[in-house]
Formats: sequence, structure tokens, C-alpha cells
Amino acid sequence: MTILGLPEEEYVMSGNAACPGCGAILSLRHVLKALGKKTVLVIPACCTAVIQGLYPRSGIGVPVLNMAFEATGAAASGVVAALKARGKKDITVVGWAGDGGTADIGIQALSGAAERKTDFIYICYDNEAYMNTGIQRSGATPYGAITTTTPILGKKEHKKDMPMIMAAHHIPYVATATPGYPKDLYEKVRRAKEMKGEGTRYIHILSPCPPGWRYDSKLTIKMSKLAVETGLWILYEIDHGKFKLSGPSKRFLDPSKRKPVEEYLKLQGRFRGLTDKDIEEIQRWVDENWKNIAKMIETE
Amino acid sequence: MSKIIITTGNYSAAYAAKAAKVDVVAAYPITPQTSIIEKISEFIERGEMKAEYIRVESEHSAMAACIGASVAGARAFTATSAHGLTLMHEMLHWASATRAPIVMAVVNRAMGPPWNIWSDHVDSLSQRDTGWMQFYAESNQEIFDTIIQAYRVAEDPEVKMPAMICSDAFILSHTSQPLEVLSEEEVEDFLPPYEPPFDITDVDHPVTHGNIVWPEPRGDASVGYMEFRYLMHQALLNAKRKIKEVTKEFEKKFGRNHGDLIEKYKVDDAEVAIVSMGALAAQAKYVVDLMREEGYRVGAIKLRVFRPFPDEEIREVAKRLKALVVADRNISYGYKGISATEIESALYQLEKRPIILNFIMGIGGRDVKPEDQRKMIEAAFNIIETGQLEKEAEWYGLVR
Repeated sequence: MTILGLPEEEYVMSGNAACPGCGAILSLRHVLKALGKKTVLVIPACCTAVIQGLYPRSGIGVPVLNMAFEATGAAASGVVAALKARGKKDITVVGWAGDGGTADIGIQALSGAAERKTDFIYICYDNEAYMNTGIQRSGATPYGAITTTTPILGKKEHKKDMPMIMAAHHIPYVATATPGYPKDLYEKVRRAKEMKGEGTRYIHILSPCPPGWRYDSKLTIKMSKLAVETGLWILYEIDHGKFKLSGPSKRFLDPSKRKPVEEYLKLQGRFRGLTDKDIEEIQRWVDENWKNIAKMIETE
Repeated sequence: MSKIIITTGNYSAAYAAKAAKVDVVAAYPITPQTSIIEKISEFIERGEMKAEYIRVESEHSAMAACIGASVAGARAFTATSAHGLTLMHEMLHWASATRAPIVMAVVNRAMGPPWNIWSDHVDSLSQRDTGWMQFYAESNQEIFDTIIQAYRVAEDPEVKMPAMICSDAFILSHTSQPLEVLSEEEVEDFLPPYEPPFDITDVDHPVTHGNIVWPEPRGDASVGYMEFRYLMHQALLNAKRKIKEVTKEFEKKFGRNHGDLIEKYKVDDAEVAIVSMGALAAQAKYVVDLMREEGYRVGAIKLRVFRPFPDEEIREVAKRLKALVVADRNISYGYKGISATEIESALYQLEKRPIILNFIMGIGGRDVKPEDQRKMIEAAFNIIETGQLEKEAEWYGLVR
């Protein structure tokens, strides 16, 4: 399939309240094209809770249950159980949450839902900080990023590896994505949808955020692609335990093909405080991540 | 056909959930609630109960799952105690604001630290302002009957609010009493299958539940946030009427009445009445009988429903009394017993008010014997005689 083959139906409507250049709403657009009409979204406190628009209207063309910050996995479990009790089989329940609602406050409910083999898809759109509340540090914020709670020194710890945490739950499907590669994202959501009945499927989308990352809003796709090209964000899927690098990331297994991380970092105001040593540390972290990936591929 | 068995308060709650044919149960274990959900698990695994059971990883998730199930059209049930209930606090607000008619069995247990698994009512009374209806049962039969009644009230189109049915740890939860278990058929006649006001899984008519509402009506919205909250308040006021109707109908059908909002016992000619909640209300009636034999003009009031609060009902009784003994198995630190403050507030508008003696007792499961309740009542008669109320609230039975 080419990009022109994506369904024409739109479930992300005009009039939504996303910022210009929002990576999250762009991702949701592709996600809902892949999922189609028979979808119920459970959305906790996150940017999308605002983006969806104000009562009594909605900018999202499928049913949405808004939920408390930490409760997406649990509330989705309830919807899934009710569907089962009522014998409705053709509806896909999807948790759609930010990185804070996934990697931090919501990790317990998500882990519980996955361990119980809850039949749903959980998608984390990761903009790498608490963006909706004004750019505070999260467990998914990368090393060195300045946020409003790491305002001068920047974050001193690396990003939490959420997809691998989910892989350790031995769920049928884990994948990473980013909206710079819509076809890859679309196909991964389709794959997750096809596995209905098999348990929890998890997709983690790196979702560039112009105001939070401090870059020009026209550069969202470029940021998304640079994250992959520098090897900072690795696109892969783990399908029934089988690890597979995705097309756009394949060639970056070769370190010489990767762009230096600086090319990505220098375009973003959140990294303005980085010293040369910090950049070295980020490069070391990226190379280390890839060594682990290479080991996994060897073991396969 | 119904059958009579001998069973515990907790099993009574489990039998009620089964009889109410709940669709989804989501629960997490905590002492002393555990045997409720163990019994339900057994019912389900034996195939005697057709419900989806979500074995969640916390009480917060239990309530979130119940909310998800309820908006997706299922009748949802859970049970908890103390720390489990207080962990749910955020989701209790979420459930009532979702207008999800979830019913929950609460086995009242003291809050830690220090750890204590015995009864007091601080856990549930701390949830007073969450929008949940609160019932307090005095017997295992009342636990069973009230769970059935609560679904009827909660699911009523004029109510659509959740309800908790509270019972005392161990005093009821682990104590066996005779229980008439109504059959599912008998119950279904009284409690028809749940009809949700909307269904979040209706993809042909997609709705968004819970998105942002401004303080003022704005744009296309004809109402603001405050109107939604007024509707919740109105719903709980409607529940007062519905509880009365439903208990009456229940009595007609099944021959039992545990009181509606309150239960009055021998108050018509009384000078003094003792007000209590839960198991102590049963013992209070026994004490009233003993003292009446000795000529005391005393009665008892059971606060069966704490929210919506029976203010008119209490006023109606209290205006004829000289003194009210309010026995609180709880404390609002820095003030007094919680039901005493509510009752005083309800009586303030009366021209002639009874004296109110508030006793804080039975905290953390400390035993309250009939002679203790008798002493509290005697104290009220003394005060009527002397006209001197020394302390508005007294901790009864403190070791000093």
C-alpha cells in the first residue's frame, strides 16, 4: 500500500483544538483511519482531552469516554467486559493516552489490563513531557531536555523504555511508530486491530510537539523523521514475541548510516542547555540502545 | 423460589449481586470485604452466575472498570473496605458525575495507621460529598435486600446515581444470621434488566462523555458546569422520594421493611431517642425494649440512609423529643461525630429543639455493649432533669 491508499474517511474532524503542527492529532488521524468506525476511545487527562473540543461538540468522529488520568487501562477493561457480557463482538476498544498517563501515573492500570489479557489496543502518543499542563518533566522526557520542572539544568535521566516494559508482559503485539511515517503507523494499527481477541496490543508513537519541544510548527514531520534517522527513535514491532525492525529503521542498524544526534537536538529549544558532554552522553545512549537491538536480532 | 439459609453478611452481599444478575464485577481484595468477592468468584467459576469478573490490580481500577462497564451498558458491582474505599475516592466522584448507577458493598473498617481491621464508619463517611447514596445496614438480610433496592433506585431515570451499602466489619461481615435469598426470577420482577440512558459503544450514534464544559454556558452549550452539578444534586433529592417508593414496593412484594431513609422505633411517645447507624441500630432497639420495661420513655432512630440526608424525617421525629442521643461510630477530628453535626444542622431551623448528646464510641471496633448504650440514654434523662449539658460531644469508654 502507498500513502495514497489510506482510507479517505476522516474521524478527526475540523474544528478540533490541536496546536498547529501537533504530532498527536496527526497520529490520531492515521490511527482512526486504520481502526474505522467501530471503535470506542478511552482518553484520560492529556492533550487530546482538550483537543477533542468543548461540550456539546466533539472533534472526534467515534465515541469517546473521558477518564481520570491514571485509569485508562482499567476503564477500558470495564468497557471490554461490558461488551463481552452483552455479546457485542465487533467493536475495538482503544486506550489513547499521553506519556504521563502511560509511563507514569497510568502504568499500574495499564500493566494490570495487559496482564489480564484485556482485549484492547493501548496507544501511547508520546510527546515526551506533561504538555497539556505546560511542559513538565515526565518519565518519558529525554535526557537533557529543559521542561518547566527541569527549567535550568534539564532532565538528568534518560527516557523510560515503555515499549519494552510492555513487551515484558508477553502481550501479542508491541510496536513503535511516529507520524513522519504514516504508512508504517497505519499498518501497525491495522495489525493490532486484526489481533482482536488475542489480548492487549500496545503501540507507542513518538509524537513531536512544537510548543513543548520548542521548534517551528512546520517542522513536525522533519522532527519525526530526524528522530528515526539519528536512531534516537527506533521503529520496530514485536509480533507474538518475534522482534522485527520496521522498514524506515532497518538501515540504521548500521551505525555509519545514522545521522549524529546533534542534528535532531540542535533544532529544538528544549535542548538549548546541552553541553558537548551531554550530547556525547545522548549519542552514547543511542548507540547502546542499538547494540541491544542488534543483540535481539541476533538471538532471533 | 426463595430459600432461607444461615450465612454471613459478606455472603449475603454476594448472594444479592447474584440475585441482581449483575453483568460486570470488578474488585480487589481487602480485609474484611474479601469473602464477598471470593463467593462471587465461586458463583462465576461454578457457572451459577453469568457475569464478567475483572480481577483488577487496585480499588482505583475496580471503580474505573465499573464506570467503563456501566457506560457501556452493563450493570456493575464492586465491594471494598477502608483503604480500598479511600483509594477509590477520585473515581467515586467520577462515577457519580458519570451518572453511572453502580452499586457497591462497603464493609466498614477503621483507617490505618495503626493497622486495624475492625469496624468504624470513618471510611465511608469520608466519602460523604462524592455524590454516592449511602445506606447503612443493621442485619445480613438488610444487606441483601438493600443491594436489590439500591439498584432499583440507582437505575431510576430520575436518579441515575451510584449507591454504597455499608455494613460493619465482622459484626455483620463474618457473623452468620438467617437470610432469605430471593431467587433471580423473584428479583427480576422487582428489578428489571438495566437500560442505560446512553451507550458509549453505540458506534452508529457516537457520543463523547465527559469533555470540557465551561463555567458559563458558552458557544453551542446551553448549560455550564454548574448546571451539571445541580442535576446531580437534584438527582439525589429525587432519590429520597424513590427510596421511599421502592422500600414500600419491596415490602408489598417480599414482606420486609427495614425503614426507608430512617427507621423509627417506639419514638411516638418518647422523650429521648438514640440515633445510630449500622449494627448498633439493631442493638439500640433491644436496649429500648429493656428500658421501656422499666418505664423509660425512650425510642430509637436508625439512620438508614446518610446520603441523601433525611433532614425532614429527622426533624419530624425530633421536634417531639426532649433529648437526642447521637451515637457516632466515627469522628470528624477537631469537631465531633459526623452524624451529630448533620443532625444538628437539620434541626437548626426548628423553633423548639431537643438537647443533643453526642457520643463518639466503638471506634476501630471497640465493643459497645447494650449497657453502654443504656448509660448514654440515662445520661440524656439526667440532663433533661438537671438541664445541664456539660459536653456537647463525649468520647465514650475512653481509657484515660
